[in-house]
Amino acid sequence: MRHEIRFSGFGGQGIILSAVIIGRAAVMYDNKFAAQTQVYGPEARGGASMSQVVIDDEQILYPKVSIPGIYVIMSQEGFEKYGASAQESAVMLIDSTLVHSRPKCRCIEVPATQQAKQTLKKDIVANIVMLGALVAATHVVSEESLKKAILDSVPKGTEELNLKAMQLGLELGKQP
Amino acid sequence: MSYDEWFREDRLPHIYCAGCGNGTIINCTLAAVDQMGWKKEDTVFVSGIGCSSRAPGYILTDSLHTTHGRALAFATGVKMAKPAFNVVVFTGDGDMAAIGGNHFIHACRRNIDMTVVCMNNQIYGMTGGQGSPTTPRGCLSSTTPFGCAEPPFDLCELATAAGANYVARWTSYHVKELEKAVKVGLETPGFSFIEVLVQCPTAFGRRNKFRQVMDHVEFLKSHSLLKAKRDRMLDNHEHVPEDMFVVGELTKRNRPAIGVKP
Amino acid sequence: MTRLEFWQGNTACAEGALAAGCNFFGGYPITPSTEVAEHMAAKLPKKGGVFIQMEDEIAGIASIIGASWTGARSMTATSGPGFSLMMENIGFAAMTETPCVVVNVQRGGPSTGQPTMSAQGDMMQVRFGSHGDYAVIALCPATVQEMFELTVKAFNLADKYRTPVFVMADETIGHMREKILVPDSVEKTGRKPFISGTPPFRVTDPDLIPGFPAFGTGQHVHVTGLTHDERGYPAATNPKLHMALVQRLVDKIENARDDMADYDVVNPDAEQVFIAYGAPVRTVMQVMHDKKDNNVGFLRIRTVWPFPEKALAKFKNAKRFLVPEMNLGQIAREIQRHVKVPVVSIAKLGGELHTPADLVTALEEKA
Repeated sequence: MRHEIRFSGFGGQGIILSAVIIGRAAVMYDNKFAAQTQVYGPEARGGASMSQVVIDDEQILYPKVSIPGIYVIMSQEGFEKYGASAQESAVMLIDSTLVHSRPKCRCIEVPATQQAKQTLKKDIVANIVMLGALVAATHVVSEESLKKAILDSVPKGTEELNLKAMQLGLELGKQP
Repeated sequence: MSYDEWFREDRLPHIYCAGCGNGTIINCTLAAVDQMGWKKEDTVFVSGIGCSSRAPGYILTDSLHTTHGRALAFATGVKMAKPAFNVVVFTGDGDMAAIGGNHFIHACRRNIDMTVVCMNNQIYGMTGGQGSPTTPRGCLSSTTPFGCAEPPFDLCELATAAGANYVARWTSYHVKELEKAVKVGLETPGFSFIEVLVQCPTAFGRRNKFRQVMDHVEFLKSHSLLKAKRDRMLDNHEHVPEDMFVVGELTKRNRPAIGVKP
Repeated sequence: MTRLEFWQGNTACAEGALAAGCNFFGGYPITPSTEVAEHMAAKLPKKGGVFIQMEDEIAGIASIIGASWTGARSMTATSGPGFSLMMENIGFAAMTETPCVVVNVQRGGPSTGQPTMSAQGDMMQVRFGSHGDYAVIALCPATVQEMFELTVKAFNLADKYRTPVFVMADETIGHMREKILVPDSVEKTGRKPFISGTPPFRVTDPDLIPGFPAFGTGQHVHVTGLTHDERGYPAATNPKLHMALVQRLVDKIENARDDMADYDVVNPDAEQVFIAYGAPVRTVMQVMHDKKDNNVGFLRIRTVWPFPEKALAKFKNAKRFLVPEMNLGQIAREIQRHVKVPVVSIAKLGGELHTPADLVTALEEKA
């Protein structure tokens, strides 16, 4: 089954890395296919950053996201630019600390930045909290694969912090 | 071995005009190369475009005659890929200071281990005498028919400021000094730059009151100011005449270099 | 044996170069090719190779030509503006028969254009961009896997034909990450050996390719961009010699067109036939998969130059060819030169890849 996932936030939040981690989890550990792409602006920090990933059980032909089924939105500007047009059938995970708008589609509010700051004392891992929530809510990749892909991708010495962030996200994303 | 064993005999005669000083500079360079005891197969001559740049074609080693201004960029590839090679570049004022100016300052900055001999005839000789970045103010060329209005580059100051380990200037009159300077350049690790002011009777002299070759050579001789003398004059607060140019070893230092022979 | 990776196209390109034995990279960073340089900067020194960041793209290609003459397998990577700057020295490499690999991760032009967006606007520039007559080899990857494989192939073709070879990628494939199976080792073919003591540019074989007399082997070879005789000596005012030299430089590549042809034919009996190279291949594949219509054919081209014109004849029933390109129909015009039926250019500029809907619309439009 083809999943099309879009991530947006501001530059510096790790929006591109989030898509890379999910793609990596699918390809390297879930025996699936993935194609990850992004939009580059001239800003290295700030602005609205966007990256996307297609995950499929079969080989991916057209690699771009056409109609995202899943959104992960981490800034108000990102919502306005890349999230507001979400179809009603989509599901959107929102960092409720930073995004005040809500979409017409099913919305899962994750206070990722606030929780990362409060519980982990590092808001830099808010994107990993969102990834945990994403996997808990949608199961696009397995928890074990997500864990391995995170460990592959984060700087040495931050593994424990990032795994805690993932665990926090898994809890926050659990759906009743 | 002597310097004439470095010539490709099947390429002679050369294209240089009667009275041209480039042959003198090539001889001095090859005499210095010969004294280094280098093997021909370990030595590469590189050049760009212009009269100066025809020199490698007359020399019996591997040689790379490249595009206008780019000799130093090609030479950088040769030297970095094979630091064991001895790399010598022949270039001119138009080739190196105009179209190749950027490569020149960056080769100096990198302090890459090669020796560059720049035949500065203050004009584009091969193509009929157009103005160059070293054409002196007021001098005539086909593109400065009312006298050159722009100030010229001081190539040696440029090389020094950009980071070269060895910088010297001589003229085609000073053959002994030139040969020695090239040899020191070849021996010095890092970027060595030797500027040689040279007469061009066909394109420069003819337009600029040097109708006889020896008049221009005499001018180069009489307007050369030894660096030591210039320094003394400056110390004594004496006036240094503006039409004189400094010759001698201008910079010798041992900054970190790249591409140095292992 | 292979190993699984999730790589960006530009990473796969650099890893392909390393696998092919590339030991010299000279270049200048430019979006969207920079990751190739960055990867080489990190990896080459550890493998005993040389990475050098030059002052501009002119110097970048100059350095790899110089390195190639020492026997190195050398490479640079760039995008449109840098590619434009390289043109003079690309002609020098063709004229002096210097093997080297130039990667162009294409972005939107002209001028600074769209630095971070995808395009295929340099397909004619790569063929004709330097002055004078010459021929080139240009390969177009459509997957991250092909970024690796075609880069390896580029090195082998450069050595075999003694010519610059171009990997004409695009931002879509260069920046995309996807699954790749990386082989433990790759096939490497070297340069034709030189017969010591013979004139360095003498050609005796029917393939018109001279042996390679690397610097440092005692051959005292003179390499010049001037028209030269078989000794390598300038002979710039000899009309017959110039004609013969340039004709040979073109023929050695054009005559080998069939050997170099690299394409896939799908549904050869179809009446409507897509032709694509690079990123639009992916959209055509999606449409083919979704429609499952035997009356829609597909010619997928990897070697775009020299153009594999014989491949067109495989589609005997073709009533029209549809050519999606991220330019205004550069290769569509080349195709039209070879066929009598209409060639429809599905041009897309702006930096976004054709969507499947774009192609379906074009397919359903009446001829």
